[in-house]
Amino acid sequence: MRTFKIGGVHPRDNKQFSAHQPIVECPLPKQAIIPLVQHIGAPTQPVVEVGAKVKVGQLLAKAGGFVSANICSPVSGTVTKIGDWTDAWGAPGQAIFIDVEGDEWIPEIDRTPDLVHQCTLDSKAIIDKIAAAGIVGLGGACFPTHVKLLPPPGKKADVLIVNGVECEPYLTCDHQLMLEHGEEIIIGTQILMKALNVQRAIIGIENNKKDAIAHMKHLAQSKLGIEIQPLKLKYPQGGEKQLIDACIGRQVPSGALPIEVGAVVDNVATIYAIYEAVQKNKPLISRVMTITGKELAKPGNYLVRFGTPIEEVIAFAGGVPENTGKIIGGGPMMGRAMDHTEDMPANKRLSGLLFMPEAESVRPEPENCIRCGKCVSACPMGLEPYLLSRLSELEMWDELEKHSIMDCIDCGCCVFTCPAHRRLLDDIRPGKAKVGGILRERAAAAAAEKK
Amino acid sequence: MAHFITAPAPHTHSGDSVRRNMLLVILALLPAYVVSVIEFGWGALITAAISICACVATEWLISRYLLKEKRQTIGDLSAVLTGLLLAFNLPSSLDWWIVLIGAVVAIGVGKMTFGGLGQNPFNPALVGRVFLLISFPAQMTTWPVPQGFATKYIDAETGATPLYYLKHIVDAGDGSVINQLPDLMNAFLGVMGGSLGEVCALALIIGGLFLICTGVITWHIPVSIIATVALFAACTGWAGMLPEGLDTCHYVAYELLTGGLMLGAFFMATDYVTSPMTAWGKIIFGIGIGVIVMVIRTWGNYPEGMSFAILIMNACVPLLNKIRPTRFGEKKK
Repeated sequence: MRTFKIGGVHPRDNKQFSAHQPIVECPLPKQAIIPLVQHIGAPTQPVVEVGAKVKVGQLLAKAGGFVSANICSPVSGTVTKIGDWTDAWGAPGQAIFIDVEGDEWIPEIDRTPDLVHQCTLDSKAIIDKIAAAGIVGLGGACFPTHVKLLPPPGKKADVLIVNGVECEPYLTCDHQLMLEHGEEIIIGTQILMKALNVQRAIIGIENNKKDAIAHMKHLAQSKLGIEIQPLKLKYPQGGEKQLIDACIGRQVPSGALPIEVGAVVDNVATIYAIYEAVQKNKPLISRVMTITGKELAKPGNYLVRFGTPIEEVIAFAGGVPENTGKIIGGGPMMGRAMDHTEDMPANKRLSGLLFMPEAESVRPEPENCIRCGKCVSACPMGLEPYLLSRLSELEMWDELEKHSIMDCIDCGCCVFTCPAHRRLLDDIRPGKAKVGGILRERAAAAAAEKK
Repeated sequence: MAHFITAPAPHTHSGDSVRRNMLLVILALLPAYVVSVIEFGWGALITAAISICACVATEWLISRYLLKEKRQTIGDLSAVLTGLLLAFNLPSSLDWWIVLIGAVVAIGVGKMTFGGLGQNPFNPALVGRVFLLISFPAQMTTWPVPQGFATKYIDAETGATPLYYLKHIVDAGDGSVINQLPDLMNAFLGVMGGSLGEVCALALIIGGLFLICTGVITWHIPVSIIATVALFAACTGWAGMLPEGLDTCHYVAYELLTGGLMLGAFFMATDYVTSPMTAWGKIIFGIGIGVIVMVIRTWGNYPEGMSFAILIMNACVPLLNKIRPTRFGEKKK
């Protein structure tokens, strides 16, 4: 069975808590909080004013640049405040606050459950619809999807890769989405193939989801050009570069985008959102979240409207378990541990909530590096994490650049595998930020000189 | 407002630890140790006990009273392992005070001088062994003839090791002592003279495979050492350097099964701290050890050169660590 070639680790997948739990809709909140940044790129510009009445699906804030994504209202009601707000990690931002009244949708949205197979739009019209719907990559990166679909001049995709890997332990939302909405995902894939003008699509699914592989294979049977590729279980297979390597054996060069090797990658949840946007005129206003944990009362997969305070989502899933030490937004490998839950809404960026018992939440004290080289073997990018960490500590930026620190994808394999419990990424992350800044400055200076 | 624990990702760990790795290596050494107790009796028990206790005590004393560390590291079992490995490399009838000196040098000079675990450039157990070999050459090259618990710890009956005869045969071209070599099966099972833990190739291979299967070590170093030694020995045979009565196949087998080769290849050269980190680094490291050990065995003054070979290659490790792993996307364009 195929997988990516360099490095990788095998964390216990712990998906049993929420796997195969049917998607349940979370009730609407009384007040919705809509952050103005829910993607990578420029912040959005609000197009509503305080006091305005809004309906579900109506544009609230428009993209603030080329790399940015619209935000449409996930609820109906009255805008009560547009202003400062702080996220669960303490970072300041801006948000639109809406008092929810009823559940009134704009009439353009097709709310029936009927499948719409036919798509007569051309490539440009599809991409415009995706942009209007504010769709971003729901696999975790939150990169605006329409930007990915407009390759730079001279570049052309020849294959679409659909990410159904869900390699993060605990998370099961993509798995359940494939089981319940496989047909929509197949149609969404066809739409995207049309938008990209490619004849081939590969849906990569890890082998711990055998039922999803069988189900998707069955659905894709008569669909020309769509293949289902089962993949050997290995983290971080859901990483864009790793997935391309695993599915078609092409390695994206350092610093380049997937389009360089003719591939575009989108997550199954993103594909589902594309189906809804193009076929049902429904913008991205909700997502399936995995709410899970060893001691959570009702772990499962919940369809949550954006803006719903996560406290309400948590209450719906049985409340915060008693001895919770950490609440992680996302999975345990790359998710971020929240400081608090107050005022934090569900949004495009939040794929799940994981409750870790206190005993598992405290990091063991680091010991001396024993130079075992396990971090080097584990690194899926072929880097030397022990060295990058040391060079970052010593602030040797030139050396860091030479040792390809910018290739680091933050996957956490090195820290996961280190027998001395060294916190390699704690040093590598700031080093990467610093070197990234130096590189941008250098590029800007070079560009200025050209002019 | 309730606050929760915040820390950067990842939030989960493989469960591996320094202690677990050390413990697995100690476990992997046990089959060979059982064989040496069966062969050398009390000497094997006493030598190992002194060596381990002295290593642990030296580390604790230095760390506690000289370096004044708040956190003690003897719990990671690396000192226990160094003690056991040092004992494995000593004749079982060695005087207790010589063992003690070896242990103090191994930990004191070989490890703690550089800042403890992870900082030492040379394998501590081998530093201790080579110090003793140079300081007490006679005692260090007198091996008891294995007689089980009948083997005397003091004034034991001694004999030359197969490697001594082998060197004599190849270097001096003297075929008359070929009948002094143990038969191959005995060499494989360890019924022959030698250092405490090195005699039973079978037990060492079982332990080594256990380490590879549990992911403690990778195949690169042992395989490259063994392959290099085998190839070197075969070349010696093909070059016509062997006297009448010893064919190439037997000679290769003797080189592989006697002396410290298996112990060195699976347990000494694979020491994390003093071996390279990347796959190619490990392979070159192994080839280097294989070549050096065969050069010493064939033309050097000592019948055995495993310790020297590993120490010399230890010195090359910082250089070998300059070999970069293959970066993602590097090969294919």
